[in-house]
Amino acid sequence: MNTLIFTIITLFVIGVVSALILYFVAQKFKVEEDPRIDDVEKMLPGANCGGCGFPGCRGLATALVENEDISSLYCSVGGDPCMGAIAAYLGKAAPKKEPMVATIRCGGTCDKRPRTNTYLGATSCAIASSLYVGETACAYGCLGYGDCVEACAFDAIRINPETGLAEVDADKCTACGACVKACPKGIIELRKRWPKNRAIYVSCVSKDKGAVTMKACKAGCIGCSKCLKVCEFGAITVENGLAYIDHTKCRLCRKCVGECPTGAIKMIGLAPLVKKEEPKAEAAKVENKEA
Amino acid sequence: MKTFPIGGVHPSDNKQWSKGSAIEVMELPDVVSIPLAQHIGAPATAVVAKGDKVVTGQLIAEAAGFMSANIHAPISGTVTAVDMQPNGQGLRQMMITIKREGDEWAESIDRSTELVTECNLSSKEIIERIKAAGIVGMGGATFPTHVKLSIPEGKKAELLIINGVECEPYLTSDYRTMLERGQMLIVGTRILMRAIGVERAVIGVEANKPDAVKHLRSIVGDDKSIGVMMLKTQYPQGGEKQLIAAVMNREVPAPPALPIDVGAVVCNASTAVAVYEAVQKNKPLIERVVTVTGKSVKEPKNLLTRFGTPVSALVEKCGGLPEGDVRVLNGGPMMGRALCNVAMPVMKGCSGITIISGKEALRGEESACIKCAKCVEACPMGLEPYLLSKQARKRAWDAMESNDITSCIECGCCQFTCPANIPLLDYVRLGKQTVMGIIRARNAKK
Repeated sequence: MNTLIFTIITLFVIGVVSALILYFVAQKFKVEEDPRIDDVEKMLPGANCGGCGFPGCRGLATALVENEDISSLYCSVGGDPCMGAIAAYLGKAAPKKEPMVATIRCGGTCDKRPRTNTYLGATSCAIASSLYVGETACAYGCLGYGDCVEACAFDAIRINPETGLAEVDADKCTACGACVKACPKGIIELRKRWPKNRAIYVSCVSKDKGAVTMKACKAGCIGCSKCLKVCEFGAITVENGLAYIDHTKCRLCRKCVGECPTGAIKMIGLAPLVKKEEPKAEAAKVENKEA
Repeated sequence: MKTFPIGGVHPSDNKQWSKGSAIEVMELPDVVSIPLAQHIGAPATAVVAKGDKVVTGQLIAEAAGFMSANIHAPISGTVTAVDMQPNGQGLRQMMITIKREGDEWAESIDRSTELVTECNLSSKEIIERIKAAGIVGMGGATFPTHVKLSIPEGKKAELLIINGVECEPYLTSDYRTMLERGQMLIVGTRILMRAIGVERAVIGVEANKPDAVKHLRSIVGDDKSIGVMMLKTQYPQGGEKQLIAAVMNREVPAPPALPIDVGAVVCNASTAVAVYEAVQKNKPLIERVVTVTGKSVKEPKNLLTRFGTPVSALVEKCGGLPEGDVRVLNGGPMMGRALCNVAMPVMKGCSGITIISGKEALRGEESACIKCAKCVEACPMGLEPYLLSKQARKRAWDAMESNDITSCIECGCCQFTCPANIPLLDYVRLGKQTVMGIIRARNAKK
């Protein structure tokens, strides 16, 4: 019996002493942390995708709480509503950004871009592109081994087995930019997200000369500059034999789409522009007169 | 018999196809395309323009800096273009295209076949001539030879090793060179010894080429300064570090250390012949022996080919491409690179074209790693390829760096030995390239 009491008392004393030590140590080395960080973290989507540039959501939450000016911080997954709520909670000016969406700028489908060889190496775009040009003659196009698919934390990209190209599910895409970094060919670009996922963009990044591009792929941009001439908003530039539509200037007027001889300008969610016959005929007449 | 201490594999050597065919001179091509980057280091700068007339052996591109090499016209004719052309990997690079007109040579070149053994030039003069001739390592790595021979201050060369190992399966260009151009090789070796100021040289030859060893020994005769050493047949015996380990029993430390840090200078057998021609005959590097071989090749040959000749012409000369699935490799099956463009011009580092057809041309289906550690056993650099490939998949570059990825010589032993057909080398190579890039960026910042 004595042994039992002795044991209980000893353990009780050790417990009390340890508790006291722990109490004082905790007081002495207390880490002051803003409780708002926890709150902000809860308000963030919690995807931990790294799209903001921080390793995870908590990193961004800390930065949001600690920095006075939060205009350069943004969570593209949560978007404006999420950032607005956080800014209101913190009493700071809310950073605003246009919603973006990842865009695959390659239209070289299997039928447009013939295969010239078979790749047997590891299924990775990074490895294939470090080894050689790829299975087609185009050195710029989508390889289709899915480095972007692997990088996407939101299941928003897939490789379409029919076309052999990557495809973005715009509804799932959060514009975190992980795929942009993963693509060794630099095909993926974050572009402005229009309502109903409408889009017009040049679906090619080939800087080859027109003749070389045309030989490799029937859907490539040959740098003919026809689109450049019809654009009223100065949104199109042609450099190194490649047209580019500035998504901040483009108004989706659709004029360039019909001009493109190779169909490299892609249009999504819009009806093709119906060309009026009369002005065209008139223009032809004027030309004849001048001739 | 001597060999390197760890790792290595024993692929069947398959040299029987082209072993017996004597070196044949390939017809002069009508048009050649000469890449400006066919060596390690900075690409050369073109010194000719469209429309210029050139003669064989004339300088057409100048070395851009110390770590670079001159390039000479392999045929005489008119320069028709200096522009971007697709290389063997289908990627566009700067090339000089020359259309052939006759066969006119630069006057300074001694074209007689007479063997000139006497050489009284100083070390500096020899290196100067080698540099002017644009000689690079012809085993495949294409390291500029004049850089290798310029011994940095404070270091001393003790031994010259001539690499006649040719451990790569299929290839026989060095073997034929040793047999048919042995006299030149030995004179070239003496010139190289003079250039780096060493008393002794060893020619390393793998044991599967006993006739080459016998032939070279008979040429060397009583000369005690040159030894011909027979080495165990084991891949990668011809790797620079493996050869040094086998011959000298010394280990070259991890990069950026070079063989000279352990007192060795290693040159390829074909390079020694090129050195002879450059120093004694004033002939720049404009041609080399290329093996065209493979089980399904009708007439495997060893062809003395001018640079810029399209690979397709060589293949045609040997009976054309076989039917069905074909893999055309620039080099041998272990270290060679598959070509997607057979119009690729022959370059300074192109020792052979291996054609593999049918089922052998395809890779086996990949299955899961069972950690059998065969790759670890096979790695001649003592690395852990299974781990490195995993880290490359996870993009863990820091971890790869701390696991000495930069020591990898890309010999492919790991992938060869893997029973699960895992593309280990593909991932390891990606990791090596990325880590090297990270290190370069870090050093540039400093």
